[in-house]
Amino acid sequence: MNDKRTTSPRRRRVLSGLGAASLATVLLPRARAAVAPLPVEPWSQQPGEPGLWHPYGLPSDFEKDVVRRISRPPAMPGATSTLTPLGDLFGAITPNGLVYERHHGGVPLIDPAQHRFVIHGLVKQAREFTLDDLMRFPSVSRVHFLECSGNTASEWKGPSGLPVQMTHGLLSCCEWTGVPLSTVLDEVGVAPEAKWFLAEGSDAAAMTRSIPLAKGLDDALLVYAQNGEHLRPENGYPLRLLLPGFEGNTNIKWLRRIKLAAEPFMTREETSKYTDLQADGLARQFVFEMDAKSVITRPSAGQHLGGPGFYPVSGLAWSGRGCITRVEVSMDGGKTWRDATLQGPVQSKAATRFEAGWHWDGAPADLQSRATDETGYVQPTRDALVAARGLNSYYHYNGIQNWQVAANGEIRNA
Amino acid sequence: MTGVTIAHAASPYDLGKPIDAARLSAWNIDVSPDGRGLPPGSGDVAHGRAVFAARCAMCHGAVGQGGVGDPLVGGAGTLASAKPVKTVGSYWPYATTLFDYIHRAMPYDHPESLSADEVYAVTAFVLNLNGIVPENARLDAHSLPKVRMPNRDGFVPDPRPARP
Repeated sequence: MNDKRTTSPRRRRVLSGLGAASLATVLLPRARAAVAPLPVEPWSQQPGEPGLWHPYGLPSDFEKDVVRRISRPPAMPGATSTLTPLGDLFGAITPNGLVYERHHGGVPLIDPAQHRFVIHGLVKQAREFTLDDLMRFPSVSRVHFLECSGNTASEWKGPSGLPVQMTHGLLSCCEWTGVPLSTVLDEVGVAPEAKWFLAEGSDAAAMTRSIPLAKGLDDALLVYAQNGEHLRPENGYPLRLLLPGFEGNTNIKWLRRIKLAAEPFMTREETSKYTDLQADGLARQFVFEMDAKSVITRPSAGQHLGGPGFYPVSGLAWSGRGCITRVEVSMDGGKTWRDATLQGPVQSKAATRFEAGWHWDGAPADLQSRATDETGYVQPTRDALVAARGLNSYYHYNGIQNWQVAANGEIRNA
Repeated sequence: MTGVTIAHAASPYDLGKPIDAARLSAWNIDVSPDGRGLPPGSGDVAHGRAVFAARCAMCHGAVGQGGVGDPLVGGAGTLASAKPVKTVGSYWPYATTLFDYIHRAMPYDHPESLSADEVYAVTAFVLNLNGIVPENARLDAHSLPKVRMPNRDGFVPDPRPARP
Protein backbone atom coordinates (compact mmCIF):
# COMPACT_ATOMS: atom_id res chain seq x y z
CA MET A 1 0.00 0.00 0.00
CA ASN A 2 1.20 3.53 -0.81
CA ASP A 3 2.51 5.67 2.03
CA LYS A 4 0.19 8.65 1.88
CA ARG A 5 2.91 10.90 3.27
CA THR A 6 5.16 10.32 0.27
CA THR A 7 4.69 12.96 -2.34
CA SER A 8 6.51 12.57 -5.62
CA PRO A 9 7.45 15.66 -7.63
CA ARG A 10 4.53 14.87 -9.98
CA ARG A 11 2.14 14.56 -7.07
CA ARG A 12 3.35 17.91 -5.63
CA ARG A 13 2.67 19.54 -9.00
CA VAL A 14 -0.83 18.02 -9.07
CA LEU A 15 -1.56 19.08 -5.52
CA SER A 16 -0.29 22.60 -6.06
CA GLY A 17 -2.57 22.82 -9.10
CA LEU A 18 -5.64 22.11 -6.98
CA GLY A 19 -7.62 24.73 -5.15
CA ALA A 20 -7.57 24.95 -1.38
CA ALA A 21 -10.86 23.14 -1.06
CA SER A 22 -9.59 20.28 -3.17
CA LEU A 23 -6.42 20.13 -1.15
CA ALA A 24 -8.51 19.73 1.96
CA THR A 25 -10.42 16.91 0.27
CA VAL A 26 -7.18 15.18 -0.62
CA LEU A 27 -5.89 15.61 2.90
CA LEU A 28 -9.08 14.47 4.63
CA PRO A 29 -8.72 10.69 4.02
CA ARG A 30 -5.67 10.61 6.25
CA ALA A 31 -7.80 12.03 9.03
CA ARG A 32 -10.41 9.12 8.85
CA ALA A 33 -10.35 6.21 11.34
CA ALA A 34 -8.24 3.34 9.91
CA VAL A 35 -10.25 0.41 8.31
CA ALA A 36 -8.91 -3.08 7.86
CA PRO A 37 -7.42 -3.54 4.43
CA LEU A 38 -8.92 -6.25 2.20
CA PRO A 39 -7.08 -9.45 3.03
CA VAL A 40 -4.94 -11.35 0.62
CA GLU A 41 -6.86 -14.65 0.81
CA PRO A 42 -5.22 -18.08 1.03
CA TRP A 43 -6.48 -18.93 -2.44
CA SER A 44 -4.53 -16.01 -3.85
CA GLN A 45 -1.30 -17.29 -2.35
CA GLN A 46 -1.09 -20.79 -3.75
CA PRO A 47 -2.11 -22.57 -6.93
CA GLY A 48 -5.63 -24.00 -6.93
CA GLU A 49 -7.06 -27.35 -8.03
CA PRO A 50 -5.69 -28.71 -11.28
CA GLY A 51 -7.64 -28.61 -14.53
CA LEU A 52 -9.67 -31.78 -14.99
CA TRP A 53 -10.00 -32.04 -11.23
CA HIS A 54 -13.60 -33.12 -12.14
CA PRO A 55 -13.82 -34.68 -15.61
CA TYR A 56 -17.58 -34.02 -15.31
CA GLY A 57 -17.79 -30.62 -13.62
CA LEU A 58 -19.77 -30.01 -10.46
CA PRO A 59 -20.95 -26.84 -8.72
CA SER A 60 -18.94 -25.23 -5.95
CA ASP A 61 -19.24 -26.89 -2.55
CA PHE A 62 -20.71 -23.58 -1.41
CA GLU A 63 -23.75 -24.41 -3.62
CA LYS A 64 -24.36 -27.78 -2.00
CA ASP A 65 -27.86 -26.80 -0.85
CA VAL A 66 -29.00 -26.20 -4.42
CA VAL A 67 -30.41 -29.66 -5.05
CA ARG A 68 -33.66 -31.38 -5.91
CA ARG A 69 -35.86 -32.24 -2.93
CA ILE A 70 -38.91 -34.35 -2.22
CA SER A 71 -41.90 -33.06 -0.34
CA ARG A 72 -42.43 -36.24 1.70
CA PRO A 73 -40.83 -39.68 1.86
CA PRO A 74 -42.66 -41.82 -0.72
CA ALA A 75 -44.39 -45.10 0.06
CA MET A 76 -42.45 -46.63 -2.84
CA PRO A 77 -39.04 -45.07 -3.63
CA GLY A 78 -39.72 -45.26 -7.36
CA ALA A 79 -43.17 -43.68 -7.24
CA THR A 80 -42.37 -40.13 -6.31
CA SER A 81 -41.56 -36.62 -7.48
CA THR A 82 -38.49 -34.50 -6.89
CA LEU A 83 -38.60 -30.72 -7.14
CA THR A 84 -36.37 -28.15 -8.85
CA PRO A 85 -34.88 -25.49 -6.50
CA LEU A 86 -36.40 -22.60 -8.45
CA GLY A 87 -35.51 -20.01 -5.81
CA ASP A 88 -31.79 -20.61 -6.36
CA LEU A 89 -31.67 -20.60 -10.15
CA PHE A 90 -31.16 -17.94 -12.81
CA GLY A 91 -32.24 -17.31 -16.37
CA ALA A 92 -34.79 -19.56 -18.01
CA ILE A 93 -32.86 -22.82 -18.40
CA THR A 94 -32.81 -25.54 -15.75
CA PRO A 95 -29.44 -27.26 -15.35
CA ASN A 96 -29.67 -30.97 -16.17
CA GLY A 97 -28.87 -32.14 -12.67
CA LEU A 98 -31.77 -30.14 -11.25
CA VAL A 99 -34.55 -31.00 -13.73
CA TYR A 100 -37.54 -32.26 -11.75
CA GLU A 101 -38.54 -35.91 -11.67
CA ARG A 102 -41.82 -37.73 -11.54
CA HIS A 103 -41.73 -41.51 -11.78
CA HIS A 104 -44.25 -44.29 -11.25
CA GLY A 105 -41.89 -47.27 -11.30
CA GLY A 106 -38.42 -45.99 -10.61
CA VAL A 107 -35.63 -45.02 -13.04
CA PRO A 108 -34.57 -47.78 -15.45
CA LEU A 109 -30.89 -47.86 -16.35
CA ILE A 110 -31.04 -48.56 -20.08
CA ASP A 111 -28.16 -49.55 -22.34
CA PRO A 112 -28.72 -47.35 -25.40
CA ALA A 113 -27.27 -50.03 -27.67
CA GLN A 114 -30.03 -52.40 -26.55
CA HIS A 115 -32.88 -49.90 -26.69
CA ARG A 116 -35.39 -50.15 -29.52
CA PHE A 117 -38.19 -47.83 -30.54
CA VAL A 118 -41.16 -49.03 -32.58
CA ILE A 119 -43.95 -47.29 -34.46
CA HIS A 120 -46.83 -49.55 -35.45
CA GLY A 121 -50.62 -49.83 -35.61
CA LEU A 122 -52.46 -47.80 -38.24
CA VAL A 123 -49.34 -47.13 -40.32
CA LYS A 124 -48.33 -48.20 -43.80
CA GLN A 125 -45.22 -50.05 -42.60
CA ALA A 126 -44.41 -50.67 -38.97
CA ARG A 127 -40.72 -50.04 -38.26
CA GLU A 128 -38.27 -50.48 -35.44
CA PHE A 129 -35.42 -48.05 -34.82
CA THR A 130 -32.21 -48.09 -32.86
CA LEU A 131 -31.08 -44.94 -31.10
CA ASP A 132 -28.44 -44.55 -33.80
CA ASP A 133 -31.20 -44.61 -36.41
CA LEU A 134 -33.10 -41.86 -34.62
CA MET A 135 -29.97 -39.74 -34.28
CA ARG A 136 -29.44 -39.97 -38.02
CA PHE A 137 -32.74 -38.27 -38.82
CA PRO A 138 -32.61 -34.49 -39.38
CA SER A 139 -32.59 -32.98 -35.90
CA VAL A 140 -34.00 -29.88 -34.25
CA SER A 141 -33.24 -28.19 -30.93
CA ARG A 142 -36.09 -26.42 -29.17
CA VAL A 143 -36.40 -24.75 -25.78
CA HIS A 144 -39.52 -25.93 -23.94
CA PHE A 145 -40.73 -26.09 -20.37
CA LEU A 146 -41.89 -29.31 -18.78
CA GLU A 147 -44.44 -29.10 -15.97
CA CYS A 148 -46.20 -31.81 -14.01
CA SER A 149 -49.94 -31.22 -14.05
CA GLY A 150 -49.85 -31.74 -10.29
CA ASN A 151 -47.48 -28.80 -9.78
CA THR A 152 -48.65 -26.32 -7.13
CA ALA A 153 -51.52 -28.58 -6.01
CA SER A 154 -50.52 -27.57 -2.47
CA GLU A 155 -52.14 -24.16 -2.94
CA TRP A 156 -55.70 -25.11 -3.93
CA LYS A 157 -57.12 -24.59 -0.44
CA GLY A 158 -55.08 -21.51 0.36
CA PRO A 159 -51.44 -20.64 1.10
CA SER A 160 -49.64 -23.76 2.20
CA GLY A 161 -46.71 -22.02 3.88
CA LEU A 162 -44.28 -23.93 1.66
CA PRO A 163 -41.36 -22.32 -0.19
CA VAL A 164 -41.22 -21.98 -3.98
CA GLN A 165 -39.28 -25.23 -4.52
CA MET A 166 -42.12 -27.14 -2.87
CA THR A 167 -45.00 -25.16 -4.36
CA HIS A 168 -43.76 -24.75 -7.96
CA GLY A 169 -40.76 -27.07 -8.32
CA LEU A 170 -42.37 -29.58 -10.69
CA LEU A 171 -41.31 -27.21 -13.49
CA SER A 172 -38.15 -27.20 -15.57
CA CYS A 173 -37.05 -25.81 -18.92
CA CYS A 174 -34.41 -27.24 -21.23
CA GLU A 175 -33.19 -27.07 -24.76
CA TRP A 176 -34.34 -30.44 -26.15
CA THR A 177 -32.69 -32.00 -29.20
CA GLY A 178 -34.24 -34.74 -31.29
CA VAL A 179 -36.20 -35.53 -34.41
CA PRO A 180 -39.72 -34.22 -35.03
CA LEU A 181 -42.20 -37.07 -34.60
CA SER A 182 -43.81 -35.91 -37.85
CA THR A 183 -40.59 -36.78 -39.71
CA VAL A 184 -40.61 -40.33 -38.33
CA LEU A 185 -44.36 -40.68 -38.98
CA ASP A 186 -43.61 -39.82 -42.61
CA GLU A 187 -41.10 -42.66 -42.56
CA VAL A 188 -43.73 -45.23 -41.58
CA GLY A 189 -46.67 -43.65 -43.39
CA VAL A 190 -49.83 -42.78 -41.48
CA ALA A 191 -53.07 -44.60 -42.37
CA PRO A 192 -55.95 -42.16 -42.99
CA GLU A 193 -58.16 -43.60 -40.23
CA ALA A 194 -55.52 -42.96 -37.53
CA LYS A 195 -56.58 -40.24 -35.07
CA TRP A 196 -54.70 -41.08 -31.85
CA PHE A 197 -51.48 -42.71 -30.81
CA LEU A 198 -50.44 -44.62 -27.71
CA ALA A 199 -47.04 -43.70 -26.33
CA GLU A 200 -45.43 -46.29 -24.04
CA GLY A 201 -42.35 -46.25 -21.86
CA SER A 202 -40.07 -49.16 -21.06
CA ASP A 203 -39.88 -48.50 -17.31
CA ALA A 204 -41.38 -50.86 -14.72
CA ALA A 205 -44.62 -48.90 -14.92
CA ALA A 206 -44.71 -49.28 -18.74
CA MET A 207 -46.37 -45.90 -18.58
CA THR A 208 -48.89 -45.25 -21.36
CA ARG A 209 -50.86 -42.24 -22.56
CA SER A 210 -53.11 -41.74 -25.61
CA ILE A 211 -52.24 -38.59 -27.55
CA PRO A 212 -54.19 -36.96 -30.40
CA LEU A 213 -52.39 -37.66 -33.67
CA ALA A 214 -52.73 -33.95 -34.51
CA LYS A 215 -50.19 -33.20 -31.76
CA GLY A 216 -47.89 -35.87 -33.12
CA LEU A 217 -47.99 -34.24 -36.54
CA ASP A 218 -47.57 -30.74 -35.05
CA ASP A 219 -44.64 -30.00 -32.73
CA ALA A 220 -44.09 -33.35 -31.01
CA LEU A 221 -40.44 -34.41 -30.74
CA LEU A 222 -38.58 -37.65 -30.12
CA VAL A 223 -35.72 -36.29 -28.03
CA TYR A 224 -32.42 -37.82 -27.00
CA ALA A 225 -30.63 -34.76 -25.60
CA GLN A 226 -31.28 -32.06 -23.03
CA ASN A 227 -29.16 -28.91 -22.72
CA GLY A 228 -26.49 -30.16 -25.04
CA GLU A 229 -25.90 -33.66 -23.67
CA HIS A 230 -27.76 -36.95 -23.79
CA LEU A 231 -30.84 -37.20 -21.61
CA ARG A 232 -30.21 -37.96 -17.97
CA PRO A 233 -31.47 -41.39 -16.81
CA GLU A 234 -34.06 -39.79 -14.56
CA ASN A 235 -35.34 -37.67 -17.45
CA GLY A 236 -35.76 -40.53 -19.90
CA TYR A 237 -32.35 -41.75 -21.16
CA PRO A 238 -31.95 -42.65 -23.95
CA LEU A 239 -35.24 -41.48 -25.57
CA ARG A 240 -38.33 -39.59 -24.54
CA LEU A 241 -41.40 -38.05 -26.12
CA LEU A 242 -41.57 -34.27 -25.89
CA LEU A 243 -45.02 -32.72 -26.37
CA PRO A 244 -44.48 -28.96 -26.05
CA GLY A 245 -46.96 -27.38 -23.68
CA PHE A 246 -48.71 -30.63 -22.70
CA GLU A 247 -48.97 -32.12 -19.18
CA GLY A 248 -45.66 -33.54 -18.02
CA ASN A 249 -46.90 -37.13 -17.78
CA THR A 250 -47.68 -37.23 -21.51
CA ASN A 251 -43.98 -36.66 -22.28
CA ILE A 252 -43.32 -40.38 -21.93
CA LYS A 253 -39.82 -41.23 -20.75
CA TRP A 254 -37.74 -44.24 -21.78
CA LEU A 255 -39.99 -44.32 -24.87
CA ARG A 256 -40.16 -47.69 -26.59
CA ARG A 257 -43.38 -47.73 -28.58
CA ILE A 258 -45.88 -45.57 -30.43
CA LYS A 259 -49.04 -47.25 -31.75
CA LEU A 260 -51.48 -45.42 -34.01
CA ALA A 261 -55.19 -46.08 -33.65
CA ALA A 262 -58.61 -44.63 -34.41
CA GLU A 263 -59.64 -44.23 -30.73
CA PRO A 264 -57.91 -43.45 -27.43
CA PHE A 265 -56.85 -46.46 -25.39
CA MET A 266 -58.26 -45.29 -22.02
CA THR A 267 -55.12 -46.15 -20.06
CA ARG A 268 -54.91 -46.00 -16.30
CA GLU A 269 -53.08 -42.66 -16.43
CA GLU A 270 -55.83 -40.93 -18.44
CA THR A 271 -58.77 -42.34 -16.51
CA SER A 272 -58.02 -43.03 -12.86
CA LYS A 273 -55.27 -40.38 -12.74
CA TYR A 274 -54.64 -37.11 -14.58
CA THR A 275 -58.34 -36.35 -14.85
CA ASP A 276 -59.71 -33.26 -13.14
CA LEU A 277 -62.69 -33.77 -10.81
CA GLN A 278 -65.20 -30.94 -10.92
CA ALA A 279 -67.48 -29.81 -8.10
CA ASP A 280 -70.42 -31.60 -9.78
CA GLY A 281 -68.65 -34.97 -9.56
CA LEU A 282 -67.89 -35.21 -13.27
CA ALA A 283 -64.23 -35.21 -14.29
CA ARG A 284 -62.49 -33.52 -17.20
CA GLN A 285 -60.52 -35.95 -19.33
CA PHE A 286 -57.68 -35.34 -21.82
CA VAL A 287 -56.76 -32.02 -20.26
CA PHE A 288 -53.53 -31.61 -22.20
CA GLU A 289 -52.36 -28.01 -22.36
CA MET A 290 -50.71 -26.31 -19.38
CA ASP A 291 -52.26 -22.84 -19.08
CA ALA A 292 -50.19 -19.66 -18.61
CA LYS A 293 -48.61 -19.40 -15.19
CA SER A 294 -45.95 -17.40 -13.39
CA VAL A 295 -44.26 -17.23 -10.01
CA ILE A 296 -41.75 -14.88 -8.35
CA THR A 297 -38.75 -17.02 -7.43
CA ARG A 298 -36.76 -14.27 -5.71
CA PRO A 299 -37.62 -12.86 -3.20
CA SER A 300 -39.82 -15.75 -2.16
CA ALA A 301 -40.87 -17.62 0.97
CA GLY A 302 -38.00 -18.74 3.15
CA GLN A 303 -35.66 -16.06 1.80
CA HIS A 304 -34.87 -12.92 3.72
CA LEU A 305 -34.39 -9.26 2.80
CA GLY A 306 -31.58 -7.52 4.69
CA GLY A 307 -33.32 -4.17 4.95
CA PRO A 308 -35.00 -1.43 2.94
CA GLY A 309 -33.46 -0.67 -0.43
CA PHE A 310 -33.46 -1.72 -4.05
CA TYR A 311 -34.22 -5.36 -4.93
CA PRO A 312 -34.87 -7.05 -8.26
CA VAL A 313 -38.11 -9.02 -8.16
CA SER A 314 -37.44 -11.96 -10.46
CA GLY A 315 -39.32 -15.05 -11.56
CA LEU A 316 -40.50 -17.30 -14.35
CA ALA A 317 -43.54 -17.29 -16.62
CA TRP A 318 -44.63 -19.98 -19.07
CA SER A 319 -47.60 -21.09 -21.17
CA GLY A 320 -48.42 -24.33 -22.94
CA ARG A 321 -50.32 -22.38 -25.59
CA GLY A 322 -47.47 -20.25 -26.92
CA CYS A 323 -45.40 -17.23 -25.98
CA ILE A 324 -45.67 -15.20 -22.81
CA THR A 325 -46.49 -11.66 -23.90
CA ARG A 326 -46.66 -9.87 -20.54
CA VAL A 327 -45.83 -10.34 -16.88
CA GLU A 328 -47.11 -7.86 -14.32
CA VAL A 329 -45.99 -7.64 -10.73
CA SER A 330 -47.74 -6.27 -7.68
CA MET A 331 -46.17 -5.31 -4.34
CA ASP A 332 -49.52 -4.69 -2.63
CA GLY A 333 -51.23 -8.08 -2.94
CA GLY A 334 -52.84 -7.46 -6.31
CA LYS A 335 -54.34 -4.00 -5.76
CA THR A 336 -52.01 -2.32 -8.25
CA TRP A 337 -49.89 -3.84 -11.01
CA ARG A 338 -47.01 -2.78 -13.23
CA ASP A 339 -45.18 -4.47 -16.07
CA ALA A 340 -42.01 -6.44 -15.47
CA THR A 341 -39.30 -6.75 -18.10
CA LEU A 342 -39.22 -10.02 -20.03
CA GLN A 343 -35.68 -11.30 -20.52
CA GLY A 344 -35.39 -12.53 -24.10
CA PRO A 345 -35.50 -14.45 -26.20
CA VAL A 346 -39.15 -15.11 -25.42
CA GLN A 347 -39.89 -18.51 -26.94
CA SER A 348 -43.11 -20.41 -27.50
CA LYS A 349 -44.03 -22.95 -24.80
CA ALA A 350 -40.81 -22.14 -22.96
CA ALA A 351 -40.06 -20.60 -19.57
CA THR A 352 -39.42 -16.85 -19.71
CA ARG A 353 -37.48 -14.97 -17.01
CA PHE A 354 -39.06 -11.71 -15.87
CA GLU A 355 -37.70 -9.03 -13.57
CA ALA A 356 -38.94 -5.79 -12.04
CA GLY A 357 -37.05 -3.31 -9.87
CA TRP A 358 -38.45 -2.65 -6.39
CA HIS A 359 -37.47 0.10 -3.97
CA TRP A 360 -38.54 -1.46 -0.69
CA ASP A 361 -39.41 1.10 1.95
CA GLY A 362 -39.33 -1.45 4.75
CA ALA A 363 -43.12 -1.67 5.18
CA PRO A 364 -44.94 -5.02 4.93
CA ALA A 365 -45.61 -5.99 1.32
CA ASP A 366 -47.34 -8.72 -0.67
CA LEU A 367 -45.51 -9.69 -3.87
CA GLN A 368 -47.40 -11.31 -6.77
CA SER A 369 -46.86 -11.89 -10.49
CA ARG A 370 -49.46 -12.35 -13.22
CA ALA A 371 -48.71 -13.72 -16.70
CA THR A 372 -50.49 -13.14 -20.01
CA ASP A 373 -49.88 -15.34 -23.06
CA GLU A 374 -50.27 -14.78 -26.77
CA THR A 375 -53.86 -16.06 -26.76
CA GLY A 376 -54.80 -13.19 -24.43
CA TYR A 377 -55.30 -15.56 -21.50
CA VAL A 378 -54.43 -13.99 -18.15
CA GLN A 379 -53.25 -16.06 -15.18
CA PRO A 380 -56.20 -16.20 -12.75
CA THR A 381 -56.37 -15.63 -9.03
CA ARG A 382 -56.85 -18.65 -6.79
CA ASP A 383 -60.44 -17.57 -6.15
CA ALA A 384 -61.25 -17.43 -9.86
CA LEU A 385 -59.71 -20.85 -10.40
CA VAL A 386 -61.65 -22.43 -7.53
CA ALA A 387 -64.87 -20.83 -8.79
CA ALA A 388 -64.28 -22.51 -12.17
CA ARG A 389 -62.93 -25.89 -11.03
CA GLY A 390 -64.02 -26.53 -7.46
CA LEU A 391 -61.59 -27.69 -4.78
CA ASN A 392 -61.01 -31.29 -5.88
CA SER A 393 -59.54 -30.79 -9.34
CA TYR A 394 -56.03 -31.45 -7.96
CA TYR A 395 -54.31 -30.99 -11.32
CA HIS A 396 -53.72 -27.82 -13.38
CA TYR A 397 -53.43 -25.29 -10.56
CA ASN A 398 -52.04 -22.09 -12.11
CA GLY A 399 -53.27 -19.41 -9.71
CA ILE A 400 -51.40 -16.21 -8.89
CA GLN A 401 -48.91 -16.81 -6.04
CA ASN A 402 -48.47 -14.41 -3.12
CA TRP A 403 -45.31 -13.94 -1.04
CA GLN A 404 -45.79 -11.93 2.14
CA VAL A 405 -42.85 -9.69 3.14
CA ALA A 406 -42.70 -8.63 6.81
CA ALA A 407 -41.08 -5.43 8.05
CA ASN A 408 -38.17 -7.47 9.44
CA GLY A 409 -37.45 -8.83 5.95
CA GLU A 410 -38.84 -12.31 6.57
CA ILE A 411 -40.84 -13.71 3.65
CA ARG A 412 -43.67 -16.23 4.02
CA ASN A 413 -46.07 -18.11 1.77
CA ALA A 414 -49.14 -16.58 3.34
CA MET B 1 -51.17 -55.43 -35.26
CA THR B 2 -54.15 -53.79 -36.96
CA GLY B 3 -54.91 -51.98 -40.16
CA VAL B 4 -51.62 -52.39 -42.04
CA THR B 5 -52.15 -51.78 -45.73
CA ILE B 6 -50.25 -54.02 -48.06
CA ALA B 7 -48.44 -51.58 -50.29
CA HIS B 8 -46.08 -49.14 -48.68
CA ALA B 9 -44.33 -46.12 -50.12
CA ALA B 10 -40.55 -45.99 -49.94
CA SER B 11 -39.50 -44.33 -46.70
CA PRO B 12 -37.88 -40.94 -47.29
CA TYR B 13 -34.76 -41.65 -45.24
CA ASP B 14 -34.86 -45.44 -45.18
CA LEU B 15 -33.84 -45.50 -41.52
CA GLY B 16 -34.84 -48.29 -39.16
CA LYS B 17 -36.22 -51.55 -40.46
CA PRO B 18 -39.62 -53.16 -40.90
CA ILE B 19 -41.02 -55.05 -37.92
CA ASP B 20 -43.68 -57.76 -37.85
CA ALA B 21 -46.28 -58.88 -35.34
CA ALA B 22 -44.19 -61.75 -34.04
CA ARG B 23 -41.30 -59.50 -33.05
CA LEU B 24 -43.75 -57.07 -31.43
CA SER B 25 -45.71 -59.67 -29.54
CA ALA B 26 -44.16 -59.20 -26.10
CA TRP B 27 -44.61 -55.41 -26.24
CA ASN B 28 -48.02 -55.23 -27.93
CA ILE B 29 -49.94 -55.74 -24.71
CA ASP B 30 -52.24 -52.71 -24.63
CA VAL B 31 -55.94 -53.29 -24.17
CA SER B 32 -58.61 -51.01 -25.63
CA PRO B 33 -62.11 -50.43 -24.21
CA ASP B 34 -63.66 -52.53 -26.98
CA GLY B 35 -61.54 -55.46 -25.86
CA ARG B 36 -58.96 -55.37 -28.62
CA GLY B 37 -55.67 -56.59 -27.22
CA LEU B 38 -57.16 -58.90 -24.57
CA PRO B 39 -55.28 -62.22 -24.71
CA PRO B 40 -56.67 -65.76 -24.60
CA GLY B 41 -57.32 -67.13 -21.13
CA SER B 42 -59.80 -66.56 -18.32
CA GLY B 43 -60.06 -66.22 -14.57
CA ASP B 44 -62.71 -66.32 -11.88
CA VAL B 45 -63.25 -64.51 -8.59
CA ALA B 46 -62.18 -67.50 -6.47
CA HIS B 47 -58.82 -67.83 -8.21
CA GLY B 48 -58.45 -64.05 -8.08
CA ARG B 49 -58.96 -64.10 -4.31
CA ALA B 50 -55.98 -66.42 -3.96
CA VAL B 51 -53.72 -64.47 -6.31
CA PHE B 52 -54.69 -61.19 -4.64
CA ALA B 53 -53.86 -62.50 -1.18
CA ALA B 54 -50.46 -63.70 -2.38
CA ARG B 55 -49.38 -60.85 -4.69
CA CYS B 56 -51.51 -57.74 -4.04
CA ALA B 57 -52.72 -57.58 -0.45
CA MET B 58 -49.35 -56.52 0.99
CA CYS B 59 -49.78 -53.10 -0.64
CA HIS B 60 -53.49 -52.79 -1.34
CA GLY B 61 -54.83 -54.37 1.85
CA ALA B 62 -56.53 -57.75 2.35
CA VAL B 63 -59.84 -56.44 0.98
CA GLY B 64 -58.44 -53.71 -1.24
CA GLN B 65 -58.89 -50.98 1.35
CA GLY B 66 -55.46 -49.54 0.55
CA GLY B 67 -52.22 -49.17 2.46
CA VAL B 68 -48.93 -48.40 0.81
CA GLY B 69 -50.87 -48.82 -2.45
CA ASP B 70 -54.02 -47.06 -3.57
CA PRO B 71 -57.40 -48.14 -2.18
CA LEU B 72 -59.20 -50.26 -4.78
CA VAL B 73 -62.63 -50.40 -3.16
CA GLY B 74 -65.14 -47.89 -1.86
CA GLY B 75 -65.91 -44.25 -2.43
CA ALA B 76 -69.16 -44.79 -4.31
CA GLY B 77 -71.25 -41.64 -4.35
CA THR B 78 -68.48 -39.40 -2.97
CA LEU B 79 -67.26 -37.74 -6.16
CA ALA B 80 -69.35 -34.57 -5.76
CA SER B 81 -68.67 -34.31 -2.03
CA ALA B 82 -66.02 -32.34 -0.19
CA LYS B 83 -63.94 -35.49 0.27
CA PRO B 84 -64.15 -37.60 -2.90
CA VAL B 85 -62.62 -41.09 -2.80
CA LYS B 86 -61.53 -42.29 -6.23
CA THR B 87 -61.24 -46.09 -6.51
CA VAL B 88 -61.72 -48.72 -9.20
CA GLY B 89 -65.36 -49.00 -8.25
CA SER B 90 -66.20 -45.35 -7.72
CA TYR B 91 -64.15 -43.73 -10.48
CA TRP B 92 -62.71 -45.98 -13.21
CA PRO B 93 -64.78 -45.81 -16.40
CA TYR B 94 -63.58 -49.04 -18.06
CA ALA B 95 -62.93 -52.53 -16.68
CA THR B 96 -60.52 -53.26 -19.55
CA THR B 97 -58.16 -50.61 -18.10
CA LEU B 98 -57.87 -52.76 -14.99
CA PHE B 99 -56.60 -55.71 -17.03
CA ASP B 100 -54.23 -53.50 -19.03
CA TYR B 101 -52.76 -51.84 -15.94
CA ILE B 102 -52.42 -54.94 -13.75
CA HIS B 103 -50.74 -56.82 -16.58
CA ARG B 104 -48.19 -54.10 -17.47
CA ALA B 105 -47.42 -52.52 -14.08
CA MET B 106 -48.35 -54.88 -11.24
CA PRO B 107 -47.42 -56.21 -8.79
CA TYR B 108 -45.21 -53.21 -8.13
CA ASP B 109 -42.16 -55.29 -7.33
CA HIS B 110 -42.47 -57.59 -10.38
CA PRO B 111 -44.57 -56.17 -13.20
CA GLU B 112 -45.65 -58.40 -16.10
CA SER B 113 -45.11 -61.49 -13.96
CA LEU B 114 -48.76 -62.53 -13.75
CA SER B 115 -50.12 -64.86 -16.43
CA ALA B 116 -53.12 -63.85 -18.51
CA ASP B 117 -55.31 -66.22 -16.47
CA GLU B 118 -54.09 -64.65 -13.24
CA VAL B 119 -54.73 -61.12 -14.52
CA TYR B 120 -58.30 -62.08 -15.55
CA ALA B 121 -58.76 -63.65 -12.12
CA VAL B 122 -57.46 -60.67 -10.14
CA THR B 123 -59.51 -58.34 -12.31
CA ALA B 124 -62.61 -60.38 -11.52
CA PHE B 125 -61.79 -60.35 -7.80
CA VAL B 126 -61.28 -56.57 -7.64
CA LEU B 127 -64.51 -56.00 -9.56
CA ASN B 128 -66.28 -58.38 -7.19
CA LEU B 129 -64.92 -56.52 -4.16
CA ASN B 130 -66.57 -53.44 -5.63
CA GLY B 131 -69.88 -55.24 -6.19
CA ILE B 132 -69.59 -54.94 -9.97
CA VAL B 133 -69.44 -58.65 -10.86
CA PRO B 134 -70.97 -61.53 -8.85
CA GLU B 135 -69.02 -64.09 -6.80
CA ASN B 136 -69.31 -66.71 -9.55
CA ALA B 137 -68.02 -64.42 -12.32
CA ARG B 138 -65.42 -65.70 -14.78
CA LEU B 139 -63.89 -63.11 -17.08
CA ASP B 140 -62.23 -63.49 -20.45
CA ALA B 141 -61.67 -61.51 -23.67
CA HIS B 142 -65.37 -61.85 -24.50
CA SER B 143 -66.96 -60.94 -21.17
CA LEU B 144 -64.58 -58.34 -19.74
CA PRO B 145 -65.36 -55.59 -22.28
CA LYS B 146 -69.08 -56.07 -21.50
CA VAL B 147 -68.66 -55.12 -17.85
CA ARG B 148 -70.14 -51.65 -17.43
CA MET B 149 -68.44 -49.63 -14.71
CA PRO B 150 -70.57 -47.40 -12.46
CA ASN B 151 -68.62 -44.26 -13.46
CA ARG B 152 -68.64 -45.00 -17.17
CA ASP B 153 -70.39 -41.68 -17.92
CA GLY B 154 -68.43 -39.67 -15.37
CA PHE B 155 -66.03 -37.93 -17.75
CA VAL B 156 -66.38 -34.81 -19.86
CA PRO B 157 -64.07 -33.29 -22.45
CA ASP B 158 -61.74 -30.38 -21.59
CA PRO B 159 -63.84 -27.22 -22.11
CA ARG B 160 -60.79 -24.88 -22.24
CA PRO B 161 -59.95 -22.45 -23.65
CA ALA B 162 -63.58 -21.48 -24.25
CA ARG B 163 -64.29 -21.93 -20.51
CA PRO B 164 -61.83 -21.82 -17.59
